[in-house]
Amino acid sequence: MTENGFHYENFKRRGRYTAVFGVMILALLVMAFVNINTGTVDISAAEIVRIIFAGQTEETKYQIIWQIRLPRILMAAILGGALSLSGFLLQVFFNNPIAGPFILGISSGAKMVVALVMIFFLKSIGSMSSYMLIGAAFAGALISVSFVLLVSKRLPNMSALLVAGIMISYICSAVTEFMITFAEDTDIVNLHGWSQGSFSGMNWSNVRVGSAVIAAAFLGTFLMSKPIGAYQMGEAYAKSMGVDIRSFRVILIVLSSVFSACVTAFAGPISFVGIAVPQLTKLALKTSKPLIVIPASFLGGAVFCMFSDLTARMAFAPLELNISTVTSVFGAPVVIWMLVHREKEKQ
Amino acid sequence: MTEYYFRTEDLKVGYKGRALLENIRISLKKGEILTLVGPNGAGKSTILKSITKQLRILGGNVVIGEKDLSRLNYCELSRKMAVVLTDRIRPELMTCHDLAATGRYPYTGRLGILSREDEEKVERAMELVDAKDLGGRLFTSLSDGQKQRILLARAICQEPEILVLDEPTSFLDIKYKLELLDILQRMAKNQEITVIMSLHEIDLAGKVSDKVIPVRAGCVYDYGKPEDILREDFIRELYDLEKGGFDPVFGSIELPRPLGEPETMVISACGRGIPVYRRLQREGVPFIAGILYGNDVDYQLARHLASRVILAEPFEEISASVYEEAREAAGKCSRIYYTDIPWGSSNRRLLRLLEEMKEQDGIECILFE
Repeated sequence: MTENGFHYENFKRRGRYTAVFGVMILALLVMAFVNINTGTVDISAAEIVRIIFAGQTEETKYQIIWQIRLPRILMAAILGGALSLSGFLLQVFFNNPIAGPFILGISSGAKMVVALVMIFFLKSIGSMSSYMLIGAAFAGALISVSFVLLVSKRLPNMSALLVAGIMISYICSAVTEFMITFAEDTDIVNLHGWSQGSFSGMNWSNVRVGSAVIAAAFLGTFLMSKPIGAYQMGEAYAKSMGVDIRSFRVILIVLSSVFSACVTAFAGPISFVGIAVPQLTKLALKTSKPLIVIPASFLGGAVFCMFSDLTARMAFAPLELNISTVTSVFGAPVVIWMLVHREKEKQ
Repeated sequence: MTEYYFRTEDLKVGYKGRALLENIRISLKKGEILTLVGPNGAGKSTILKSITKQLRILGGNVVIGEKDLSRLNYCELSRKMAVVLTDRIRPELMTCHDLAATGRYPYTGRLGILSREDEEKVERAMELVDAKDLGGRLFTSLSDGQKQRILLARAICQEPEILVLDEPTSFLDIKYKLELLDILQRMAKNQEITVIMSLHEIDLAGKVSDKVIPVRAGCVYDYGKPEDILREDFIRELYDLEKGGFDPVFGSIELPRPLGEPETMVISACGRGIPVYRRLQREGVPFIAGILYGNDVDYQLARHLASRVILAEPFEEISASVYEEAREAAGKCSRIYYTDIPWGSSNRRLLRLLEEMKEQDGIECILFE
């Protein structure tokens, strides 16, 4: 036992990883099923199976499943995963467990530019492609990130970083509100739901574009696991192991911004998923190995967002809550608990 | 042509473009150990950071093997050089084994998955630093000394040609201090790994290093062999010692001698006076030591701690003049400590001095055991 203590430990760890992934996949399937099955229009399980696999049934139910519920579920899953990874990357970058796209003002920055572009383009052209939305959100995300980076360079501590993030978040929200106030009626209807964060109104074209961009970013993140692992030991050690810190940091910021831009472009700003999910995932896995944490965080984010969306839809049906209302209720306590827990650990 | 593995040529180092130290010249062969000694804040870490490419070099070059440091990218460098830094790291949820395994980074594939061979190397490194039991523990839960050993294991896993360590012995207890230096010495000699490190313990520097380079704020001296560098007067200058002293023979540092007019004398030989001197120093009692032969171990400490040493020529009979000097000095004392001394033909006069003093009124003679 003592001689093979480490191998035994390794064996136990593999078991844990498998268990956690198993539970997550199961939860994902359960959430998907419950989500399809739940709504204001009652459709029986047998009917759903027939609709999805055989495609024959009455027209309205077919439409509800295929055009409303399925794309929404898929988007909740994909964007949830993206949000979680965006948070994970920022936490690595700032070496700060409560960094996340929402709290650092990145979502708000993306929202601001998207709102700006929406108001002007809807007026002149009348429509916007998904790619344009993502591009605008990405630009906004980069604006916020640059501001936060600038501050963090001058004041390299945890609280200054968060204050900077919260401030930029307020500024961007103010600008967005300002624009909405002066926009025309149709735009406001369009913007209002979106700027509060929601998975409603997703279509298959959104799913296609969103999943393509996020799949690419996910692959990029996964391939970065090795340098991320080295970076967890600090910049100096990472350098000594051969990580080119400068390009590494750029890649990290770009990937994280792509993730949060994608989410904001389609679903608006969503709070706390980026902070809470990666942390909970690490705790469940009892490791911070990026190779394992990255896919697990993605899965965790997907499950969490599907669950939150379900709650948002059903808690006070037919009224629908903002998705952030739900994610905050579950996410904020996690963050508070984490802060307390870390303080304790230090002592 | 170059038999030197590591060279610096007029190296200039500092922060933010401001030079802190200039004209650093070092040449090391493979398998040599160089130690940087000097006071805190002198710039030892700055030099180490510059030669590991953590800090930009402000002038001159560093050559490793055949290549200039500035031409080596981080990836190439990582296969040649491993580091143990003073940075406090707090990797969350990382086991010691995982941490040591990060040393395999330059050798693993795109995703950093360890092969069987990598695993074996990690295990061997952990064994080498006596940390096999710690493998499954979380790094953050360890003591500072244990952490230091894991970090060394990590560096060993990297299979470097040159190892750079910034104060590797801080936080270590004496057992692990010795083990660490022993490991370094063996790695240097058996695997021809060049070691560059900074140490606070001058005595250890003298024991483990092939070369020593003294560093002081604004000034780097020439490097040299420890026996040439670690001399008493030089160490005083280097560290600005006003009180106390450094003994190059034992490599020990000594507290300053008690001040005042001595009224106590210590008569001893063969090292038996050392505990007496130490006790008197602790109690703040100034004392005269004598008569001591110049080759007696007692003399090495007496010259740091005694107010006055009455010295006799080694291998000779104690001369009449030395005897007179000692008698006069002893006469002014109120107390004499003496130890067990092997009496022989050449130190008869010392025996006579002791007998005489025992007879004398007003002088308390105490056998120190």
